Amino acid sequence: MKYLAPTTIEGAVRLLSEASGSTRILAGGTDTIVQLNAEQIEPDLIVDIKRIGEIRGITNENGGFRIGAAVSCAEMTEHDGVRDLWPGCVEAAGLIGSTQVQGRATIAGNLCNGSPAADSVPAMVAAGAVVRIIGTDGSRDVAVEKIPVGPGKTSIGADEFVHSIFLPPRPERSGDAYLRFIPRTEMDIAVVGVGINLTMDASGVCTAARVALGAVAETVLLVEEAGDTLIGTHIDDAALDNLARAVSAACKPINDKRGTVEFRTRVAGVLAKRVAKIAAERARG
Amino acid sequence: MANIQVSTKINGDTYEFLCRPDETLLEVLRDRIGLTGSKEGCASGDCGACSVMLGDRVVSSCLVLGAEVEGQEVNTIEGMADGGNLHPLQRNFIKFAALQCGFCTPGFLVAAKALLDKNPDPTETEIRYWLAGNLCRCTGYDKIVRAVLHTAEEMRGQARG
Ligand code: FES
Ligand code: FES
Repeated sequence: MKYLAPTTIEGAVRLLSEASGSTRILAGGTDTIVQLNAEQIEPDLIVDIKRIGEIRGITNENGGFRIGAAVSCAEMTEHDGVRDLWPGCVEAAGLIGSTQVQGRATIAGNLCNGSPAADSVPAMVAAGAVVRIIGTDGSRDVAVEKIPVGPGKTSIGADEFVHSIFLPPRPERSGDAYLRFIPRTEMDIAVVGVGINLTMDASGVCTAARVALGAVAETVLLVEEAGDTLIGTHIDDAALDNLARAVSAACKPINDKRGTVEFRTRVAGVLAKRVAKIAAERARG
Repeated sequence: MANIQVSTKINGDTYEFLCRPDETLLEVLRDRIGLTGSKEGCASGDCGACSVMLGDRVVSSCLVLGAEVEGQEVNTIEGMADGGNLHPLQRNFIKFAALQCGFCTPGFLVAAKALLDKNPDPTETEIRYWLAGNLCRCTGYDKIVRAVLHTAEEMRGQARG
């Protein structure tokens, strides 16, 4: 195995396009180095992208925020601007692992790891985040929900890497939130995760809503029918019941030691109600 | 696998070392540099026994490659005491019996110091969440939390003079 740390985007692209064997991108390393230590992966080349200045920071762009692929979750949760604009995305990023993991882990890595239970991904899908991917042919912008294609699998090519994730600007009276169910209070993997992002008009009627679910299917799911149950309502109890039904209906979970199919399906609905209430409260200001 | 040459600062001193590309910072610290205070409890980021400061962040050194610390600053438990003078956290861990076998202790101390440097007045809840990635099989945590709370109070008192 070789380790290389290019300092420019072009340098990284060249390394990936010229590589003959298997490659791995190293950002925070909190998944990749675990897999290396356990010999689950044996890449021929590791490309550390943290020395590329352009992707190390958070930049304001047209009222939204571009989060570089090398930005740690700790840097993101400490950023007042991102916290104010996208509190749900920040709380999801803040749930990934311990303090020690927070100092290294990135939301780009959380996405690329391809886990259906990744905490930041449902929040980013609900937010309508856009991923900028760099490859030999230049860059392409892709909706975040198009990245995961199966457990541990993404639509990102072997010669490509994530440059940044864009959290868009948002209309007034918008709010987002993320909650997950775990059997303890910290340091666990989501049994179910729900991210909701919504907007209301001046009279308190919901005009737009996106609902995304984690850990209840092969990939994180964007459930349009669930968002639709909220649109046109005041997010009252009747709307929340409809939301819970739509969410549970969309679940296709597995049975495992952390949760049964029945449990995950039911809890997804319950969590969705709670998340919608928090998002609505934030939207009302 | 060709070795990589790395130059870094550890506890304020400059070090040059050679390491394999897949070698972790924890392995480098323990096996190449001889700083064995950082412990390996899991090698998967779950226990915190290997906690060190990388720049201004507390990280698990088992989840950092040695090659990554080129040009960076690393601080380990060995740099915490000032010569023969223990850091207040170290003193209070002894005073409150916040350790038994001691295997987890270096990691707890490094992580707790990172917290107090950032937040001199943490609540008990903040301490428990901050240290959630440090596991201890012996103490039941309560004495550790008391020791950190007490140290914070003591250090705030000193800061006020
Ligand atoms: S040895 Fe590094 S976290 Fe356990
Ligand atoms: S004192 Fe033994 S593991 Fe903590």
